[in-house]
Amino acid sequence: MGEKRKVRAVITGLTKLAEDIFSMWIEESFMAGSAKAGQFLALYSDSAERLLPRPISICEIDREKGRLRMVFRVAGAGTEEFSQKKEGDSISVMGPLGNGYALKGKKALLFGGGIGIPPMLELAKELAQEPGCEVQAVLGYRDSRLFLKEELEAYARVYVSTEDGSAGTKGNVLDAVKEHGLTADMIYACGPKPMLKGIQKFAEACHIPAQLSLEEKMACGIGACLACVCESKETDSHSHVKNKRVCKDGPVFSAEEIVL
Amino acid sequence: MNTEVVIAGVSLKNPVMTASGTFGSGEEYSEFVDLNRLGGVVTKGMANVPWPGNKTPRIAEIACGMMNAIGLQNPGIDVFIKRDLPFLKQFHTNIIVNVCGKTIEDYCEVVERLSDEPDVSMLEINISCPNVKEGGIAFGQDPKAAERITSEVKKRARQPIIMKLSPNVTDITVMAKAAQEGGADAISLINTLTGMKIDINRRTFAVANKTGGVSGPAIKPIAVRMVYQAANAVKIPVIGMGGIMTVEDALEFIMAGATAVSIGTANFANPYATIEVIEGIERFMENNGVEDIHELIGCVK
Repeated sequence: MGEKRKVRAVITGLTKLAEDIFSMWIEESFMAGSAKAGQFLALYSDSAERLLPRPISICEIDREKGRLRMVFRVAGAGTEEFSQKKEGDSISVMGPLGNGYALKGKKALLFGGGIGIPPMLELAKELAQEPGCEVQAVLGYRDSRLFLKEELEAYARVYVSTEDGSAGTKGNVLDAVKEHGLTADMIYACGPKPMLKGIQKFAEACHIPAQLSLEEKMACGIGACLACVCESKETDSHSHVKNKRVCKDGPVFSAEEIVL
Repeated sequence: MNTEVVIAGVSLKNPVMTASGTFGSGEEYSEFVDLNRLGGVVTKGMANVPWPGNKTPRIAEIACGMMNAIGLQNPGIDVFIKRDLPFLKQFHTNIIVNVCGKTIEDYCEVVERLSDEPDVSMLEINISCPNVKEGGIAFGQDPKAAERITSEVKKRARQPIIMKLSPNVTDITVMAKAAQEGGADAISLINTLTGMKIDINRRTFAVANKTGGVSGPAIKPIAVRMVYQAANAVKIPVIGMGGIMTVEDALEFIMAGATAVSIGTANFANPYATIEVIEGIERFMENNGVEDIHELIGCVK
């Protein structure tokens, strides 16, 4: 038997951070003990109508207290159900899943777009503990309803972009990079595909290695069903075709190995 | 208490197997499940060469089920023999390789490649995948084509062959009899039902393939009905599947006439589903004074 498991975990905190954005802490010392920044958990509905787990990124890991935090957006009936739970309720969860980020370099540039922001918190926290590592984070929001910004400021120099210009740089995360003239020796990103595509191009042009975290519809969450694949540049050593499993080989991929 | 069943001379310690395509080649789920406890592991469909599968999104959730159009992505039989088979050989369970192809020759090539592998107990021939344009379903909806491919594969197969049937037909008994006529040692059913889901916000199809195979508890009553009809139409054993989530579901199939059952979509909702069904069968037998599982197989007439 391996390092992943599925359990019923107790919710120790559930708060609303912004419109449709919720923060949930669960007690799961086994998973908290082995989880890494950039990994995710699969959350299951209690309704027999909704069979498939929802992949939710890990936002914070409290190894001492054996707890894990997830910040998620209500996007449908499943996440709506999670958001209506109460402290003390329990939830079915499987994990930790995926590979997570590899912590490298001395000047880190983190990109979080929308619901891709949460995994940046644990990552920033861990990078800040690396000796001599400078942590910068660019957070992209739709509008001025910001979330997790202040918490990230504890570990990183934070820059903000909003689509409507109501906070920070008007435009996207790369517009904020231009405005502030940011440089780095390692890029970490999570967010919508168009943003990742832009970062992939930017990283290539600037010769900065980049780790991109992808999202895809999942069924098994552990690499068996081949639902959540992404296109790879080279023939993958596991699949023997040009694709990789987001849930198992990812969700974090080197920008050079994937086609977005 | 006896939970052992025999299919075409192959003994299964219990009637619970995995359903092809939901369990990879066992490696991923071995983190959750002791494969030694399973009656058999049915692998993902293997072709003669690697198949890339369909574009994403490949799946969508539906009420009480899901829809998939993976497109039979697989690394090809050579990789399977070199990498996956040695992994599975470590366990005391039956290895059943699901075989897919585009032409009869493709299927026969895979079957011949496996003829030197005594650790493979049986072959399940997939003539029912709704998600690939050629092959597969082309054989699964025409009784003459089904009989022909069955007899061609049977001629070359060293192991017993199970023909996996499609529910996307007018009369399942016609297809079951065609497989039997062609020399099949067993049949398994049902594969997924062809469905469609529209994403109203994006105004497009929920899966890139437009249509997908529907599975899960939503289709279970259809599957039980077809297993019952097929089991009463042929003499060869029937392996039942389609939406089994719990032991109660598995017992429905067994009582309808299935000698064994396969657990598919349930693995996604609960990676321990296979073991829970095995333990549940034992508990049911004990609680109901059933000495031998054969007392239950096809007991509902």
